[in-house]
Amino acid sequence: MSSDHHDSKLAHHFDDLEQQFDANKFGMWVFLLTEILFFSGLFVAYATYRSNHPDVFQYASQFLDTNLGAVNTAVLLLSSFTAAWAVRAVQLGQKNLVTTLLGITVLCACGFMAIKYMEYSHKYHEGLLWGNAEHSIFKENTADVASSVREHGHHWGDVKDLDPEFRRQTGIFFGIYFCLTGLHGIHVLLGIILMLWLMRRNMRGDFSPEKYDAVDCGALYWHLVDLIWIFLFPLLYLIS
Amino acid sequence: MNTHASSVNYLNHETGFKSWFMTLDHKRLGLMYMWSTFAAMLLGGSFALLLRFELFSPGKDLVSKDVYNHLFTLHGAVMIFLVIIPSIPAALGNFVLPLMLGAKDVAFPKINRLSYHLYLIGAVLLVLAILTGGLDTGWTFYTPYSTSTDTSVVIAVFGAFVIGFSSIFTGLNFIATIHKMRPPGMTWFKMPLLCWALYATSVIQILATPVLGIALLLIAAERIMGVGIFDPALGGDPVLFQHLFWFYSHPAVYVMILPAMGVLSELFSTYSRKHIFGYSFIAYSSIAIAIVSFIVWGHHLYVSGQSALVSIIFSALTYTVAIPSAIKVFNWVATMYKGSISFTTGMVSAMSVIWLFGIGGLTGLWMANLSTDMHLHDTYFVVSHFHFVMVGSALFSYLGGVHHWWPKMFGVMYDEAKGRFWTIVSFLGFNLTFLPQFLMGTRGMPRRYFDYHPQYEYLNKISTIGAAMIGLAVFMIFWNLWRSLKTGKKASPNPWGAATLEWQCASPPTPHNFDEAPAVGDPYDMSLIQFKSDEEGYLPINPCEHDPLICKVESTEA
Repeated sequence: MSSDHHDSKLAHHFDDLEQQFDANKFGMWVFLLTEILFFSGLFVAYATYRSNHPDVFQYASQFLDTNLGAVNTAVLLLSSFTAAWAVRAVQLGQKNLVTTLLGITVLCACGFMAIKYMEYSHKYHEGLLWGNAEHSIFKENTADVASSVREHGHHWGDVKDLDPEFRRQTGIFFGIYFCLTGLHGIHVLLGIILMLWLMRRNMRGDFSPEKYDAVDCGALYWHLVDLIWIFLFPLLYLIS
Repeated sequence: MNTHASSVNYLNHETGFKSWFMTLDHKRLGLMYMWSTFAAMLLGGSFALLLRFELFSPGKDLVSKDVYNHLFTLHGAVMIFLVIIPSIPAALGNFVLPLMLGAKDVAFPKINRLSYHLYLIGAVLLVLAILTGGLDTGWTFYTPYSTSTDTSVVIAVFGAFVIGFSSIFTGLNFIATIHKMRPPGMTWFKMPLLCWALYATSVIQILATPVLGIALLLIAAERIMGVGIFDPALGGDPVLFQHLFWFYSHPAVYVMILPAMGVLSELFSTYSRKHIFGYSFIAYSSIAIAIVSFIVWGHHLYVSGQSALVSIIFSALTYTVAIPSAIKVFNWVATMYKGSISFTTGMVSAMSVIWLFGIGGLTGLWMANLSTDMHLHDTYFVVSHFHFVMVGSALFSYLGGVHHWWPKMFGVMYDEAKGRFWTIVSFLGFNLTFLPQFLMGTRGMPRRYFDYHPQYEYLNKISTIGAAMIGLAVFMIFWNLWRSLKTGKKASPNPWGAATLEWQCASPPTPHNFDEAPAVGDPYDMSLIQFKSDEEGYLPINPCEHDPLICKVESTEA
């Protein structure tokens, strides 16, 4: 191998660390671009149905808990701040601070998922699901709605007298809600794994002010996850 | 490869299954992609032959109508997802791109390996779908049929999803490689045109493929959970799926043809021994095609109930694709003009493509036109048109490229006379197969049916005979290549006299490609490369012959 005369942090096919750093960061930006387009299909679905049924979306949005959504927004913003600070810290060689900051980022991400879990389970118990789901209260035919939901669901009284067509379309809103937040949630989980991996590498001493591409790229990914939520929160929770 | 037992190269420096399967070497990954596409081509080709033999005469001959539906779906899915999309970008591109840039590897070798493994996983899933209930939706997975049929749609869409990510990662890798790993002196406009074409292809791959990914995921969500976004019974919209699908799949057509155009630019210039004509026009037209490809998808939805205004806009935009495509063809023809043409297998393939792409491209205009498309939509005219582009142009270019870079890949020369002969046979067979299908289409024979009226019988018979010819010829082409590995003459580093950098390293290259950084110059200036009969190949003119003083200085330093 020709890597004998190379720095061990430098992959054999690059000329120098700067080229390697540039390539890695550039590749990460390209990857983020594909992530945005990955979500775009769902945003298009959202835009289509909202422009066709603005009244449905306005009605359905009241079933989402704006307070929990706002708390989650704050939690993610904080985690993005600590991720950005971690990049600064690794540039300054503050190894322990990097570990702490990445740890806070992971905690925030877990907090986000915990709140998300509360929201999901609440919706499941109330039957606030897409039209075809077992427990949904938005089935076109009220007789099809499960009796347990009819008896115990707090929202059943609100929707049972709605026009059947309107109620069915409300189910589509929740279909889009679960797809968008679910896909975002998967990205948060992947982010948690990524941050834990970065913490481990940091504690092992893989990073230095000269070589910190992985932290930088990981933070970029995390900012995108945050940014998508910044769009999801008003689009889903704050319709009026 | 008996001729090379003595020298160390990327083929023999490590051996064993793991040294190939877990390799990070772009050349080995390129070869594995190539063998995989060949295997998939034989599978998809067998499906095609079964379809054609069923259609040899009206009524049921060979397979039932349900099996027919499975066969045409799998023929399409295998040929598109497993053969054409990875063919030139992943197989030839992986092998050639870093060499053309004088680099040691692509920017992210591990991601490169990951994308090959994803490709294999996707292929396994597609085969699994065949074994566990098959697939009869057509390769387009149109809703609501795909969400209601009881075949293995979930496994198949998951396979296509995984292959999509393989394609995204290849594109990402190539973009980063072209941006960050060009050698000093190689500016954008000193890159070989294949690099431009691969760059344009990669842009489409990274921007369009994720949209297919989400559309396929939503089909799976629809089938597993009944989310309802595409289901009219739940208030959803099946046409939204068509929009999302074609937002990927129309650009994907250019993922197939753009790299083929890049290969053609190399072939025409090299085998005409002449500088490529209109370099910057060809380069810009690749980018133009990539951009326009994103705003024409609506021409697949003329009869799906989209508004007339939108159809008119999409129709006008679709016409504009003809401009950059024609620019390329005219420049290739101008490159041949007064060139010193050698009829190698690569050149014969390239010249076939001018004919095939001419027909395929021009018939595309008929379908861009709203009034004629109403008649031609979903007939054999469409089938013939896209086979002329995707097979006649993309796969012929792929095989031409494989012959062109074969000596570099394996260090051996294939049998030129046989390669040329079978390429011509496949060209004739291709025309025999698909020209009658234009007639069937204009006379109203619908696609995807396993039966037809007797009036179409003689056209179908001609078409089937042509298909058998293609099958034989492609088999013989592969056989000829395979045989050359055992009996082929040793290839010199530059058997064709091309000026791009990959011909400056050994054939086959060493594991690290270049022993010393190659000299970057104009990739199409062949005046300083001359044939040396004792080498049986081309060499750069030795500067010593012009200025003996240089050699004296060097020898005293040594």
